[in-house]
Amino acid sequence: MSEIRLMKGNEAAAEAAIRAGCDVYFGYPITPQSEVIEYLSDQGRKRGMIVMQVESEVAAINMIYGAAGAGARAMTTSSSPGISLMQEGISYIACAELPCLLMNVNRGGPGLGTIQPSQGDYFQSVKGGGHGDYHLIVLAPASVQEMASFVYLGFDLADKYRNPVLILADGALGQMMEKVEFPDYDPKEHKKPKPWATTGKTPDRPPNVITSLHLQTEDMEKINIRLQEKYRQIEKNEVRYELIETDDADIVLVAYGLASRICQRVVELARQNGLKFGIVRPITLYPYPYQVISELADRVQGFFVVEMNAGQMVEDVKIGVNGKVPVGFYGRMGGIIPTAEEILSKVHEFISKIETKEKV
Amino acid sequence: MEEIKVDTNGMEIVWEKPETLTDTYMHYCPGCGHGVVHKILMEVIEDLGIQDKTIGVAPVGCSVIAYNYMNIDMQEAAHGRATAVATGIKRVLPDKLVFTYQGDGDLAAIGTAETIHACNRGENFLIIFINNGIYGMTGGQMAPTSILGMVTSTTPEGREVKTQGYPIKMTEIVATLPGTYYVTRQSVHTPAAVRYLKKAIEKSFKIQMENKGTCLIEIVSNCPSGWKMTPVEANKWLEKNMFPFFPPGDIKVDGKLIEKKAPVAPEKKE
Repeated sequence: MSEIRLMKGNEAAAEAAIRAGCDVYFGYPITPQSEVIEYLSDQGRKRGMIVMQVESEVAAINMIYGAAGAGARAMTTSSSPGISLMQEGISYIACAELPCLLMNVNRGGPGLGTIQPSQGDYFQSVKGGGHGDYHLIVLAPASVQEMASFVYLGFDLADKYRNPVLILADGALGQMMEKVEFPDYDPKEHKKPKPWATTGKTPDRPPNVITSLHLQTEDMEKINIRLQEKYRQIEKNEVRYELIETDDADIVLVAYGLASRICQRVVELARQNGLKFGIVRPITLYPYPYQVISELADRVQGFFVVEMNAGQMVEDVKIGVNGKVPVGFYGRMGGIIPTAEEILSKVHEFISKIETKEKV
Repeated sequence: MEEIKVDTNGMEIVWEKPETLTDTYMHYCPGCGHGVVHKILMEVIEDLGIQDKTIGVAPVGCSVIAYNYMNIDMQEAAHGRATAVATGIKRVLPDKLVFTYQGDGDLAAIGTAETIHACNRGENFLIIFINNGIYGMTGGQMAPTSILGMVTSTTPEGREVKTQGYPIKMTEIVATLPGTYYVTRQSVHTPAAVRYLKKAIEKSFKIQMENKGTCLIEIVSNCPSGWKMTPVEANKWLEKNMFPFFPPGDIKVDGKLIEKKAPVAPEKKE
């Protein structure tokens, strides 16, 4: 039976992890996501999960490597500086193709920054972060419900592709309380056999080795080619987005996560004044919904990107638009959440520039 | 490499390569201790009949591809993170036997935090620590355990305290932590020392089967290539120069620190 509760986003993600059959969690406290490890230390342990607070994020991500390599459903969470510390391990996990779930409850940076919500880690999440050619599957929740739902989805995608999955949230989504429904989900039906895991070499098979080292360049290129083929499959199968009032839209806002929630208010305000705005909300930031943006670019007057950063996803929107129509941008940084009214006034400036054919 | 063929007709078999070692030429330099330690470790795993339940963790360093030689399930860790990876494995597979195999840079420099905290948690696995006082794989730079005065490519005038500090005794440090149960320092530079090492490895796996805490075996080893010596010279240099600072013997047994170290290496004969 599904169950409806009122919870913080961080707690909802933690509760979903338990229900999704997460075997083990290693983590290190950091604001604004410490509720995850606190909730799991209580509820997770009581319900059979291995939950450990360890010496650093560096250790945590390498423990995830070990546990995922041994076949467990493994998860860690952190916030921006902690996620930076994990990047070496994430690169190793991506190359060794270990399924696991990571969550970044993004705070303002760079550096130690602030503990307020931010989307400043888009590039790190989507374009690399660690060294080498790899991708995480990146899910961007926009509600407490999705903080929970994407945990189930994340584990299943990780297993399906043997690829690490990152939930990229922000401090507000982690801290705010909303209604959340936990679906029926039987982990036994979802967990896949992992014959590649290091569980002890039995006489019927050669040793299983988890490694990201391939000293022969030809071998290393083969691994890269296989990874790239996998990424092409992910790009083909797993693009997720939400379209809000785009059918008749002249101006399309593009925003993810918390920014997309604020943009819904912007659309309401605009439509009250007879302006036809719509929203493309990317749900997967990798793979990115370039196609739908490209299609919309054939019939709208312009795109306006709203982010809680200096302008990162806007580069992907421009790739999708490919010069067909103007692309505007507005962002706040350092943990500041823009208001609907200030966004609307920036879109008005953008529209008047389009009308006067001024460079945007 | 040319195959050496020997006619074994009518000869008595006195030693066979264990099933736990693969049929692969090792890449280690002539005289290097790694090959011996690999062989002894795998012999113990075969003797104890635990091939199907042992999972090893390889480090970054010369033994980075140890899994090519060890016929067991293994994971290759990032530099210094072997004990974190081993923690991940052991915590989800508590009935399996887990060991890490790490060099001095891996365990005592970049992985200091992971080493200390794994030992402090009393993780039930074996840490094998090869200390040869030099970074062999990257071409002979200073290690955290390079002894004072030791010439390496990054200490061309010899290691001196003012710039590089003192060689670190990680084995003594972790022995003070309540999580460790058996901590010993061994070597493989003589046949007798090899036999002592084998006993220490056997003992450690038996302790692990009883979930008594972390075991750490430091093996004072050589690096003929990095030290720029012949294997024989290297083993003599090791006795004369490494042992005074890294004396062989048990440091902690049955969870208790040993006051006087029992000699395990044979007395040096001039």
